Amino acid sequence: MGDIAVRVDSLHKRYHLGATHAQDGSLAGALARGLRRLMGRPAGSSRTGESIWALRDVSFEIQKGEVFGVIGTNGSGKSTLLKILSRVTEPTKGRAVINGRFCGLLEVGTGFHPELTGRDNVYMSGAILGMKRQEIARKFDEIVAFAEVEQFIDTPVKHYSSGMYVRLGFSVLAHMDPDILIVDEVLAVGDVRFQKKCMGKMEDVGQHGRTVILVSHDMPAITRMCKRAILLNKGEVVQEGAAHDVVNHYLHAGHIKPYEEWLDPMQAPGNEVVRIRAVRVKSESGQITDRIDIRRPVQLEVEFDVLKPGHVFVPVFNLYNEEDVTVFTAHDRDPAWQRTPRLSGRYVSMATIPENFLTEGVFAVSALMMTETPFRLHVHVPRVVGFRIDESGTGDAARGDFNGRWMGVVRPLLGWRTRYTPD
Amino acid sequence: MIMDNALPQSPSSSIVIEPRTGYVHVGWLELWASRELFYFLAWRDLKTRYAQTAIGAGWALMQPLLSTLIFTLVFGYLAKVPSDGLPYPLFAFAAILPWSLFARSLERSTLSVVSEGGLIKKVYFPRLIIPIAATFINLVDFAVGFLILIGMMIWYQVVPQWTLMFLPLFVGVALATALSVSLWLSALNVKYRDVASVVPLMTQLWMFASPVLYPASLVPEPYRFYYGLNPMAGVIEGFRWVLLGKAAPDWSMVAVSLVVVALLLVGGVIFFRRVERTFADLI
Repeated sequence: MGDIAVRVDSLHKRYHLGATHAQDGSLAGALARGLRRLMGRPAGSSRTGESIWALRDVSFEIQKGEVFGVIGTNGSGKSTLLKILSRVTEPTKGRAVINGRFCGLLEVGTGFHPELTGRDNVYMSGAILGMKRQEIARKFDEIVAFAEVEQFIDTPVKHYSSGMYVRLGFSVLAHMDPDILIVDEVLAVGDVRFQKKCMGKMEDVGQHGRTVILVSHDMPAITRMCKRAILLNKGEVVQEGAAHDVVNHYLHAGHIKPYEEWLDPMQAPGNEVVRIRAVRVKSESGQITDRIDIRRPVQLEVEFDVLKPGHVFVPVFNLYNEEDVTVFTAHDRDPAWQRTPRLSGRYVSMATIPENFLTEGVFAVSALMMTETPFRLHVHVPRVVGFRIDESGTGDAARGDFNGRWMGVVRPLLGWRTRYTPD
Repeated sequence: MIMDNALPQSPSSSIVIEPRTGYVHVGWLELWASRELFYFLAWRDLKTRYAQTAIGAGWALMQPLLSTLIFTLVFGYLAKVPSDGLPYPLFAFAAILPWSLFARSLERSTLSVVSEGGLIKKVYFPRLIIPIAATFINLVDFAVGFLILIGMMIWYQVVPQWTLMFLPLFVGVALATALSVSLWLSALNVKYRDVASVVPLMTQLWMFASPVLYPASLVPEPYRFYYGLNPMAGVIEGFRWVLLGKAAPDWSMVAVSLVVVALLLVGGVIFFRRVERTFADLI
């Protein structure tokens, strides 16, 4: 056993697409195949439908007491990995060894029943997660106090607000005292104040020598809490190492690019009336770039073909930060085109994000094409391009000469004035 | 997924996760270690089943009482089915009670795995607990019904004999029979939802193949052996024997059916354990 908490050795997981409940999976289908086989005829392809490898040759080790991050885009295999580690599903090949009492959590409030009271659900959920009744009873007051639902503990949870529900669910989990704890995005729930409380609790858990596997889209949380991390992409480990490096790799290499172009019109995203042909991030001088100084404006550009004349189109950009928060949504408000049906042809729309407005960090941009009234969404290309805002510490941006942690979703350089009255 | 050390609570245990091949052991230790979860699942079902109903557990009585009433009218009064000299309502109720225990257990247990799909996809625990809990929970309705039966026995002035001590045996056989079939069906139901539609049909046919409405003595002698293959025949005759002092069931018949149940049960556990690894992917 040594100091290894989790050892994952060449895990593979294959899922068959379709062919589960479809005609192939029906009893009649199975009987027919069985009959054909009995009568000596080939049973046909026993595996119709395609299969995909959700995980391919994934290996890593986690030391005891380590807080380990797992990152990757949606569909990269994170959930499958968690499901295997928490023994909900079985790998197709490979193996994993887990040393210690283990608690998997794929969702807050696992085992909650809406008709049961908060009190009953604490016991229920605790039992499902593997706690003994006396253990739950001992920690009960603590769990309820942490969740801040004392008043409602004898109310059925179906009457809870979603915040209360999530708080109680997290609280049960946080008081489990497992040797190894898996947390999947729980921090993305509840209000900000409670999120902070959860983070604090998690950091406590890490400091008490327990092993934590943290799966999150919240990159700052990963860098802050984890020593090491792996990056998954399409079921494979792309990078393993210091959390900071892996996060940087995820945010920069290959995962953001400042432009996307579709040369083949048939491949371009869109419908019969409009297609997006290119999305670009440019500096004020018109250079395509993925790095922009915080003191300079950012230009977003969408190039599109109108295929049928007579429609009003509004290009839209959505901007997301590293924590997946939508910083803004912007609709093209060029008065020349706001209510004007367009002729067919090529258009380029540009939007300028002012300087001294965004924070440092990495941003992703989605491009959309819509008609506002009657509403119709023609195209949505999610997170198609990205860029990074740099703050070089020259002292003339919002940060000034301050080098500490800086909060806020945006970082405007406000107009400040001082009135001074001498004594 | 085989556990080297089957006690999940033991802190020094290590868990090996790998694809299962070949023989899969039952994991009794693990099952035993999770017995509290079994109580909690049963308790949750009881608490939620009659939530927001006006007469609550009264519904547990409604079904067997109504069946008895209808059977008495149709079979006892109109069709004049013989009842071995017993008052027909008592004759019928003494059979409907174990039959309901069996039929409800079979139906609930068969559907249990799919209806706990939410849990199965989220957390690991020994899956066998689910159909087992869904079977045993029906003992509560049975106990309530039993009170009615006692009331009826007092009303008809029927005094049970020393044979009453065999009652738990027959209750056990009824539960084991339900479980032995539902282990197969609940696992099959995950992949083939057809099963859910087949079960009500099956229990209905099974009822007519059991001496619920008529005495087993009505079955012609040459067919008795095959009749005995149905474990519920022995259970129901056994109930009438221990409670109402009717003739004892044919023990060779009961023995045959016990062997059938035991085989189905062992096979069911093995089958269930073999296919449970695919549950989370299929539900």
